[in-house]
Order: sequence, then structure tokens, then C-alpha cells
Amino acid sequence: MSNVKRLAMQGITKEYPGCKANDQVFLDIEHGEIHALLGENGAGKSTLMKMLYGVVKPDAGSIIWNGSPVSIDQPAIARGLGIGMVFQHFSLFETLTVTENIALVLGDQAGHLKTLAHRIKATSERYGMPLDPERRISSLSTGERQRVEIVRCLLLDLQLLILDEPTSVLTPQEVQDLFKTLKKLTKEGCSVLFISHKLHEVTELCDSATILRAGKVTGHCIPKNETSESIARMMVGDDIAISNECKRALGGDVFASIEGLSTQSIGQFDIALKNINLQVKQGEIVGIAGIAGNGQEELLKALSGEEIHRNSQAIKFAGQFVDQLSPLKRRRLGLAFVPEDRLGRGAVPDLDLCDNALLTSFDSGLVQNGFLKKSKIVQLADKIIKQYKVKTPGNHTSAASLSGGNLQKFIVGREIDQEPKFLLMSHPTWGVDIGAQVAIHEAILQLRDRGCAILIISEDLDELYKISDRLGAICDGSVSDFLVPEVLPLVKLGQWMAGDFGPSTEPKTATTAATKTVEIGATSHD
Amino acid sequence: MDIDLVTNILYAMIMTGTPLLLVALGEMVCEKSGVLNLGQEGMMLMGAVAGFIAMYHTDNHFIGFIAAILVGIAMSLLFAFIALNLNANQVAAGLALTIFGTGLSAFLGNDYEGKQIAVLPSLSIDALQSIPLIGKPLFGQNAIVYLSWILVIVVYLFFRYHRQGLSVRAVGEDPSVASNLGLPVMFIRYLSVIFGGAMAGLAGGYLSIAYTPMWTEGMVSGKGWIALTLVVFASWRIERIILGAYLFGFASIMHIVAQGLNWDVSSNLLAMMPYVATLVVLVMLSRDKQRLKLFEPMALGKPWHRSS
Amino acid sequence: MIKLTPRAQASAKWGYLSPVLAVFLTLIAATVLFWGLGKDPQLALYTFFISPIENWYGITELLVVAIPILLCAYGLALCYRASIWNIGAEGQLLLGAVVATTMALQFVDSNSFWAMPLVLLAGMAGGMLCSGISAFLNLRLNCNETLVTIMMNYIALNTLLWAVYGPLKDPSGYNFPESALFGDSTLLPILFEGTRLHFGLLLVILALVIVWVFMSKTFLGFQIKVLGLDKPAARMAGFKEKKLAAMVFLVSGALAGLAGAVIVTGSTGQLIPAISPGYGYSAIIVAFLGRLHPVGITLAGLLIALIFMGGEMSQMVLQLPRAITGILQGLILFFLLSCDVMIRYRIVFTVKLPGFTAAAKH
Repeated sequence: MSNVKRLAMQGITKEYPGCKANDQVFLDIEHGEIHALLGENGAGKSTLMKMLYGVVKPDAGSIIWNGSPVSIDQPAIARGLGIGMVFQHFSLFETLTVTENIALVLGDQAGHLKTLAHRIKATSERYGMPLDPERRISSLSTGERQRVEIVRCLLLDLQLLILDEPTSVLTPQEVQDLFKTLKKLTKEGCSVLFISHKLHEVTELCDSATILRAGKVTGHCIPKNETSESIARMMVGDDIAISNECKRALGGDVFASIEGLSTQSIGQFDIALKNINLQVKQGEIVGIAGIAGNGQEELLKALSGEEIHRNSQAIKFAGQFVDQLSPLKRRRLGLAFVPEDRLGRGAVPDLDLCDNALLTSFDSGLVQNGFLKKSKIVQLADKIIKQYKVKTPGNHTSAASLSGGNLQKFIVGREIDQEPKFLLMSHPTWGVDIGAQVAIHEAILQLRDRGCAILIISEDLDELYKISDRLGAICDGSVSDFLVPEVLPLVKLGQWMAGDFGPSTEPKTATTAATKTVEIGATSHD
Repeated sequence: MDIDLVTNILYAMIMTGTPLLLVALGEMVCEKSGVLNLGQEGMMLMGAVAGFIAMYHTDNHFIGFIAAILVGIAMSLLFAFIALNLNANQVAAGLALTIFGTGLSAFLGNDYEGKQIAVLPSLSIDALQSIPLIGKPLFGQNAIVYLSWILVIVVYLFFRYHRQGLSVRAVGEDPSVASNLGLPVMFIRYLSVIFGGAMAGLAGGYLSIAYTPMWTEGMVSGKGWIALTLVVFASWRIERIILGAYLFGFASIMHIVAQGLNWDVSSNLLAMMPYVATLVVLVMLSRDKQRLKLFEPMALGKPWHRSS
Repeated sequence: MIKLTPRAQASAKWGYLSPVLAVFLTLIAATVLFWGLGKDPQLALYTFFISPIENWYGITELLVVAIPILLCAYGLALCYRASIWNIGAEGQLLLGAVVATTMALQFVDSNSFWAMPLVLLAGMAGGMLCSGISAFLNLRLNCNETLVTIMMNYIALNTLLWAVYGPLKDPSGYNFPESALFGDSTLLPILFEGTRLHFGLLLVILALVIVWVFMSKTFLGFQIKVLGLDKPAARMAGFKEKKLAAMVFLVSGALAGLAGAVIVTGSTGQLIPAISPGYGYSAIIVAFLGRLHPVGITLAGLLIALIFMGGEMSQMVLQLPRAITGILQGLILFFLLSCDVMIRYRIVFTVKLPGFTAAAKH
């Protein structure tokens, strides 16, 4: 029995219109093992996991569970086998309580709601993740919501726990707590499948790993025996140079100045901004790190003008108060904006690239007396496509048909083409392939060198360390100080991201700080 | 003021508000599962004509109502197929249902205009009915009015205590998540839509069999639309539906009030009252954007496909 | 087994094919319907679709019916492009007629050149008043536009009834609910002798051109398009949502009001309760069927007008109730919505054989 693997996936293949998500994938997991599934965004990890959970059916291949072939047609069957899955985007209903949510998933196994509540309390405490069963999901933090998801799995007779990118929304402390819980689980014989793109976590936590790239398996390994270079190579291939030389800039005069920006939270899920002070100089890149939901959206909307705060006098562009100005007027003062959602905000999915070029570039001579100048619009679209090497059959294809990376290149190109004085960017390379990411970073750096003030809000710490001239964090509506990345250890930034802005331990010595920089550089492409 | 007048007003208010109550209850369940069905007018008209025709030929009230309910269900299935299976824009599909139902009912009812059927008798206990002021309104009503009260209670209990009520709410909040959890989203939505159709059909049948026992083209005259407002007014909470339905009922019987109080107002102006009242209610409700969002099922009206 | 799989990009081919297919399916349904009613299908189809436009007079009649529908539909197209579900064309038409009549009755004995333009403008103002109220409730007070515009329809209808039974009633009209007859200065001139086809046709052509140019060649038109497709993008780009929305409400109200004015000055010559057999509602179908494009709408409008006339003919010749019109209109919309699925989804026929799955795609 000990020779039989818990899980063996053999020759799994799955195709969608326009792409092959999984191509002949082989994956093995032993009893009590923590197995990592590594790969970039879009490598095919999520699709593979959905097949294990019965949400998606493979086009070809087989799944062997504890020695026997199985056909997982729906989630209930997966649950029956003892497979529990925690998705990247939680499957929780905001307005229902913890108990109600778990009851919905467990279905008939839920039993009476009162007994279920007791079980939830007991199990959550046993694994070091205490939960109050009667609280509504909407009132829980992200870390707590993940606990609900995990406890839900624990209430089954769990044999395999699948976690899809579990740490992207956790603070460093919450990550450590999670690792402790997982190690406890595996001691009891449960296996864990840990999907991630973060090398340092995988190295710290996992026993073995499978690496996917573009739907195919590019390697199996034991992470502790590999270097981050060798793993990164398996993830991104050999044809992209992993280099991280970025010149820092000091910046000139202040362009955008925010002093004492405070807002009220309007909706249930809004975060109030608390006395934000921040300056962005011409020719510098300021980066703000932070976990989603800490006020980033609110700050961006206040800066872009999508939300106007009537009585506020806190934001200045080039010395002029802009708080009462509409987005249009701010654009006319030199603002450009790359929002987080590229499809459905940054670009209109159903419109073609010409129309999407016009979307924010209308002041660049594309409109005359209210009439559209079609030839100029086409010219601009073609220029952006060419300059940023956007892969597309032509300028008449819809934005929706472009891949994430290409669309992002187009949007960034469009904003940069306006030669703005102040560029706002939110998660500029989220979900974008390595090649496009490099191209976008280059374009941003060149724009900075031409004197533009740039503010980037991102969750990608590697990106921020790479291109920011000054770096800080936002937590719960407040921002930290901003330091040059070289003197900002990851631990300190992590503390800032968790809300601890206070003076903490000084960075140890210059040597240690330098080592940190090199380390970060090495892992910047996982 | 004359006690009898008040009694009569209360009585009429409940009688008139009942079809609104039924339709709103049905649409509320439908919307809780995330489906917005604007075809109430069409379904009610079809229910009305079907009920009337069945009643005319069989002289049996029960069969009349069953016919009305079945036809309402059939119409809602048409909508369900287009909005759920084919993922069409729900607003347009609902409108199509209304236009189609209006036309089809006019066509089918063409030969029955002006015909007469037996009134639905009231189910009353004389002793109870003679209680002053509230006796007649509460105990002198017909079977369908009492049925409407029972239905409200049943639906309330279902959503409050039964686990399937939880499933319906889940589907209305986030169908993708619900689907990932293994809930049969389509099936639940179909059942909710069908319930809505049954209620609309019953309400229509009530109008043509019990309320004004007759058929005439377009006789629903906007009650379906008013009921939609009613659902929003009740913040998708069942307890509030009765309140709203009878309020609108009151607005619809202004001519009785006017007569009783000897007001001399044009009947056309009075006829506007329910619609104006609806507008007023809409304004009051909508001022607080956030409050609305708090109760509205998050996925309401959004087309959903398995793969999304 | 039939399954729907989403397309990577909306199919332009099906964008054009869908309405054509929908009309075709409706014709088949109509044939079945006639046959089911015991009428010879060929005769019924001929009576319904061909006989109304057999001769020149018939064609002009078709245009007369189409004029108010098209005016309403062009306006609705603007609203729907902005994803504003204005269902109130009927009410705006009726209120336009009421206000136009009020103005016309001031000029019954006058010969002034300005009478006609003033009456038409009054009609537009009446429509704008109706849609303006809806716009205010929707944009300022946040009420759902569908419910608000529908309530206004009923309010406008009752206003019209109140007017013809009350203040606008013809004092010398034997107590019938109708207004006094309009004077010659406020009747639209007839374009072709011996027909009822009036000046309204030229107004339609003017509206067609203006709306077409506006939609496709102006920046405002572009902004409306973006607003309808993707509100967050419009907001991000800095487009003034509320101003755009108010604009389309008022313009569509004006066009619908103009339609009402055209009916009373062109077809009826007075205000009566039955000036519109639901033209405002049919305009909604016309707008959808015509894919929100002025040219498509014009074709769709002619088809719907034909269906109206067919209903009349089949009542006279085949003794079928006029309500067939409503049935066919509803069916067209249903079929259109169904066929529209093909724009966003592919239909996949899968055959399950043991061992593998074969798929045939469209």
C-alpha cells in the first residue's frame, strides 16, 4: 500500500477555443507529501486543478486515485474521494454567514446547522485557525476568508488539499501561519497540492514540484535541491535573459503632491483614506505595495478623478489644486492612467483597437469640431501596435481577442504616447507574460527618463523592487514612508504592508542590504 | 368618517392588492435566484385569458385557476429558455414576453370580449365577518386572497429556515461560485422562474375570474410593471411585500375613496394614481443607492454561462 | 447533444445574419399559425405580406404607418446604444401629440407660415417633457429607467384621455372624446396627390441622416457608444456620463414627440384617443431588429409597418383578429433574441462514442 501513490495524473490534455490549456501533463503526489505546481500565469495550473475538482473534464488522459482510475465528473465526487480545493478566487457568498457558506458546500453532509457550527468552531481551533461560525463573510479579512475555505475542506475526510495561489492575498505573517497548518496536516497523512509562482515559498514549504510552461510539463524536481536559477529557467525557458539592472533616478521638481487626503468610506466594502501624504517628482517612479483591499482603489480613483470629493483640497498637479476637476480636465493637465482592469475599463472589449486608441487619446488631434478624424485614429492605432510589438492581425480586431500581455502593452503604449506629465498605473503587469512584462517595464523607465512623474500601485513586490525609485506601502487607507528600495528590506516592507508603520529594527548593515538586493533580483522572474 | 366607508376601503384595498401580491411574490423568488423577468404583464394577460376561457367552458372556478397557472408556467418556460439556455439579454427577453403575451392574449380572447361568467364566491364565516371595521376585509374575502396569505407565509419560511432557500440565494448572489460548489444553477433558476410564472398566471386568472369577472384586451393595464416596483420596494424581503401590495391596492381604488368623500375629480386623473404612486415609491427607494445594493441579489439580471 | 461554447470574438457575420434568420423563422411561424387557424397558408401569407403593398397607394400607406415608428426608433437606438433602456417612446409620443394639439388649436383660423413649425416644435417639446421627467428620475434620483419610463407611458395615456374628455374636447363635437379639427395651416402637406403620404416622410429622411452622421462620425456619438458598452471605461476616460445620458433621453423624447405631432397633423387632423396602436412599443422591436443602426432600423421599420397593415388586411379579408400583429411582433423579437445567441456563442454538436469524443462545430 505504501507504494501506491495518492494521486497520479497521466497524459492529461485539455483544449479551449484558441489555446491548449494542458498538453500531456503527468503529475504524481505521494501520501503526506506537499507537492508544488509551479508556473507562470497562464501556464495551465488552474485548469489542471479544476479537472481534479470535477469542474472541468479532461479531453484526454486519466486520473489514478490511490491506485484506481477514477472519473471525476462533478465536485461532489471529488469531495467524496476526499479532495478539497481552495480556489484563488474564493467561492464564498458575501452576505451569508460562515456556517451557511459551509453548509451550502457540504450539501447533504452538512447536517443540522447548529451541529455544523460546533464542528466548524472545533476544527478551526484544532488547526490553529480560529473562526466564529456566525459572522458574515463580508466582515472577514482575506486571511480569515481563506480559513473558512480551508476549514470547509477539513470537515470532509480530507486526503488531498489543493491550494491555488493561496499566498497572493496574505500578509507575510499569515503566510507563515498557513505553512504551519499545512505541515500539521501532512503529518496526519493528508497530501497537499500547492499551486504557486513564488519560488521562495515553494523552496521553503514543498517536498517536490512539477513545473508547467504553456500547458506542458517542463520538469519535475525537489525544490530544496535546486537553485532558484534552475527552477526559473524551467518556468520561463532559455530565450529570455534574466537581467535586473535598473538605474535609479532622483527626480526633479514635484509634479503631483498629495497632502492630507482623507475620504469617507461610502459603500460597505470601501476603505476610508486616512490623511495620505505623498509626492511624486518629475522623472521618478514611486511604487506603492499593498495587499488588495487596503485603499488602493480609493486612492487611484481620488487621483484619476473617477471619484470627486467635494470639500477636499488635498491633491495638486504642478501646484494647482485638482480635487474638484473631472477626469477629463485632469487628463488635459497631463494625467494618464493605466487601470487594473484592462478588459472593461482600460479597454472596451467589444471595440476594435482603433476605437480603443481613441478612448483616451482624443485630445491628440483625433477630433476636430466634434467630428472624428478616422485617418488619424487609424494612424495612432497602427503606431502603437508597431512601437510596442502588439501581436494582432490588425487594428480592426477587438480588444477582447488580444492576449492579456498584448492588450496591456497596447494600453500602456496608448497612455505613454500621450507623453503625459503624470502616469498612474495599477498592477501594470498583472497576469502578463514575461516578454510583455519586460517590454512594459522598459517603456515605463524610458518615459521616466523623459521627465514624467510615475506612480505605480502593485502587488508584485519583485516588480516594485525592480523599477521603483522610491517604495512604500499602503495599509488600511494609510501610507508608509517612502524609501529607496536598496535600503528597504523585504521584511520591513512586509511589516508596512501589514500596517506596522512604526520605527522598527534598523536595516542591519550595508552588506546585508546589498545582499538583499541581489537575492531579490535573482527571484524577480518567478 | 363613516365606518362602513373605511371597511369598504380596506376590503377593496385587499381585494385589489391581491394580484399585485401574488405577482410580486413570484417575481421576488425569481429575482432571488438572480433572474429578472420583465414579462409579468404578458404572463398575467395570458393567465387572465386562459382562466377566463377555461371558466367559460367548464363553469368550474378551480379548473379556471389551474388553467391560468399552467399557462403562466408555459409562458415563463419560454422566457426561461431564451434567457437562461440561450443567455439572451434578460431585459429584452422580458419585453418580448410582454409584447408576445399581450398580442397572443388579445388574439385568443377576441371572441370572449363581453361574455360573462359566474363570480367567485367569497369564503366567509358570518360571525367573523360581522366584526366591525376589520371583519369584512379580513374574513370576507375569496379563496385566492386567503391562498395569497398562505403563500407568503410558506415562501417566508422556505427562505428563512430551509436549506434549499439558501441555495436559491446563493445562486442569485454568485452563480459561478454556486456552480463551482456543485449547485445546479440552471435547475434552481428554472424552478424560480416557473414559480414566478405560476404566480403571474394565477394573478391574471384572479383578475379575470374573481376581481372583474370578464375579459377585455389589455385588462392588466400595468399591474405587472407595478409589481416589479413592489419587489424593489420590499427590498427583496418577503415580510414587506404585503405592505407594499396593499398600499398600491389603495392607490388603485382612489375612485372609491373619491366617491365616498364626494370629491369631484376626473376619473382619468384618478386612474393615474397607481402609476404616480409607483413613481413616488421609486423615488423614495432609490435615493439611498447603498441601501438598495445591500439587499439586491448581486447577480440579478446578468446573463450567466457555465464557462464564465 | 447540443452545447454552447463562447466565442473568442463576437461574430460580425452573425450580427447581420441573425435578424434575417429571425424574420425568416417568423414567416415560417406565421405560416404554421395561419394553417392552424384553418386558412390557406399561401392565401394568408399573400394577404398579410404582399397585398398591402401591391400598388402605389399601398406603398404610400406603408410609409404613412412607418413614419412615426421610424422617428421613435431612431431615438430609441440612441438610448439603447448608451444601454439606457428607455421603454417610454409610446408615452413620449402621446404627450407630444397632446402638446402639439394644444398648439395647433391656437392656429385653427390662422394662415400663418409659422403655425406648422411651431406645432411640430411643440410636439417635440411635449415628448421632451415626458422623457425629461424620466431622465430626471433616473439620473438625479437614481430610479430604474425601465420602470420609470413605463409608468410615464400610463400617465401620458391618461393625460391624453383626460385632455380629450376635458380641456381639449371639441365644443362643437357632439361630446365625442376628440379635439376640434385642425386648420389647414397646421396640417402637413401631402406629397403625392391621391395618397395620404405627407411631409413627415421628409422629416424621417432628415432624422435618418442626422442620427446616422451623429452616431458614426462624431465624438459625442463615440462617447455614447462607449458608455453603452463599458461604463467603467467611459468613466475612466473622463466622459460625462450624466450629460450624455440626459442628452439621449431628451433627443429620443423629442423624436418620439415629433412622431406624435406628425400623427395628429398628418394622419388624423385632430387629437383622438386611438392615435397610436402601440407604435412606441413597436419601435422598440424595430430598434433591436435593426441592430441599432439607422439603415437597419429603416428596413426593420418598413417590415413592422407591413405587419401592422397585414393585420388590418387579414381582418378584412380573412376575418382574423387584428391581434395577429402583436403575436408576430412578439415572435420576431423572440426569434431575434434566440438567433442573437449565435453572435456570442458557437453551437457544438457532440456525439458521445465510447473512448473518445468527436465534435462538429459551427
